[in-house]
Amino acid sequence: MSEKVDQARTQHIAGLAKLKIADAELDQFTEQLNDMLDMLDQLGTVDTEGVEPTYSVTDQINVMRPDVANNWGERDALLRNAPESVDGLIRVPTIIDESEDE
Amino acid sequence: MNYFDRDLESVHQMLVDGETTSVELTKQTLANIDAHEADLQAYLAMNDEAVAQAEKIDAAGIDPDNVLSGVPVAIKDNLVTTNMPTTAASKMLENFHSLFNATVVEKLQAAGAVIVGKTNLDEFAMGSSTEKSAYKTTRNPWDTNTVPGGSSGGSATTVAAGEVPASLGSDTGGSIRQPASFTGVVGMKPTYGRVSRWGLIAFGSSFDQIGPFTRTVKDNAYLLNTIAGHDDHDATSSDKEVPDFTAGIDQGVKGMRIALPKEYLSDGIDQSVKDAIQAAAKKYEELGATIDEVSLPHAKYGVMAYYALASSEASSNLERFDGIRYGYRAEDPKNLEDLYVKTRSTGFGDEVKRRIMLGTFSLSAGSFDKYFKKAAQIRTLIIEDFQKVFQDHDLIMGPTAPTTAFKVGAESTDPTEMYMNDVMTIPVNLAGLPGMSLPAGFSNGLPIGMQLIGKPFAESTIYQAGHAFEQNTDFHKQTPQLGGK
Repeated sequence: MSEKVDQARTQHIAGLAKLKIADAELDQFTEQLNDMLDMLDQLGTVDTEGVEPTYSVTDQINVMRPDVANNWGERDALLRNAPESVDGLIRVPTIIDESEDE
Repeated sequence: MNYFDRDLESVHQMLVDGETTSVELTKQTLANIDAHEADLQAYLAMNDEAVAQAEKIDAAGIDPDNVLSGVPVAIKDNLVTTNMPTTAASKMLENFHSLFNATVVEKLQAAGAVIVGKTNLDEFAMGSSTEKSAYKTTRNPWDTNTVPGGSSGGSATTVAAGEVPASLGSDTGGSIRQPASFTGVVGMKPTYGRVSRWGLIAFGSSFDQIGPFTRTVKDNAYLLNTIAGHDDHDATSSDKEVPDFTAGIDQGVKGMRIALPKEYLSDGIDQSVKDAIQAAAKKYEELGATIDEVSLPHAKYGVMAYYALASSEASSNLERFDGIRYGYRAEDPKNLEDLYVKTRSTGFGDEVKRRIMLGTFSLSAGSFDKYFKKAAQIRTLIIEDFQKVFQDHDLIMGPTAPTTAFKVGAESTDPTEMYMNDVMTIPVNLAGLPGMSLPAGFSNGLPIGMQLIGKPFAESTIYQAGHAFEQNTDFHKQTPQLGGK
């Protein structure tokens, strides 16, 4: 098996997906990712010269509807699903951490 | 009561004749589920209002024209509901309550069905064994040391155990048909676009489709009658007219041309499964159909194309789980970025992470053409293979899965090996075709499933052929020890 991604690359891909793989699991994830990529490499053996890609199989094209505002009026119920809310708004941690500004 | 000897029509007749009531049925159904749950682990949530809803239906009167009126059903827990939590079997959606019902839920309720509970699945429908749930491992009622298949393992199990007459699942790469095969029930993955997916938690948006599990083919057709049709909320739902799928179901297979792809009987398939499918082909010939060997040369690339495409779609769909607006949020984040990463790293299970990473990789700049676009081109070739066969055939038949149900824990270590479970179901999702699994034999006491694949929107043909087979065999009449008599 040729290694396509090493541990650093695995962590980089995870980072792009906003994930972090724990050190103890990094070996296994890297190996499995390489296994999966080996599997996908078989795609390369198929001649697809001039073949149009298919991204969707629906028979619906350009589905339109009138642009009508629909005030759902469910703010409180929606906020009950949020892990943290204050005064009718979702609360998130600090976005700009000024302490790191030198 | 269990539902082994009763189809929907006879349950409906009992309700209409006043031999039973929806309340009585619902209470018995809940008691039956309760009695097996320690062994089967099929449910993630029960509907506390089920009996009260049945009372209302009884009070209003059973609708004599609607076979689902007053009948208990179960639904997969990736379909959102207002009166029960929806977790998709993920820690990420712990304590999540939807503000609306999935369209299929609305349709079932409008038909008078009583939804008794939400069934277990592989986390976000990613898996083939229902072992990837963050909450519990569902067991196969035929042998509780084996898996029920996945990802709709809970929905398949509850029907197989005779607890409910019908349930709903979802199928992205085989997640209805493979568990139907493993548990010996009928499972239909309708044509892409036949059923609205509004309120189905998205996994692979160009693949996902909702469909029914039942004990008989005709019952399955009744369920599809109820849930099919266009929905303004789902732009991929088709506006094609929905026929009555039960109408021509008795017409038999005389003159029908059925294709048997040689790739579907290749080396990787268990001999017992091959034998059952060949016996089924013979049965169809006896009943007046023609069976031809055909080839689907690109089918063997289906699994790879699927994992490149579906994982990419999943990586995009699952971006929304970030700990901000709903669901699980990790504690003590340093800042917003840390909150995203911590939440997603501790909220998602390993299988979900693997697929998100594979998808992220496939979509990245250096890999897009090599994996994602290439897979989409192969998808075109697979569709063309099917179109060629359907030029002069009404149906394609083959096994649903390469084996019968495997042991719990047997395949969890090697993801690529596990992915091969879906080698025969995946091409159908790539092409958006309807496919159904129905019982076609047994091996060592475990059910074998046969898959029937139709042209786009030709579910009626599948039901007709499935019903003909069922009427001339007795596989569907056998019952598992657990739940059976």
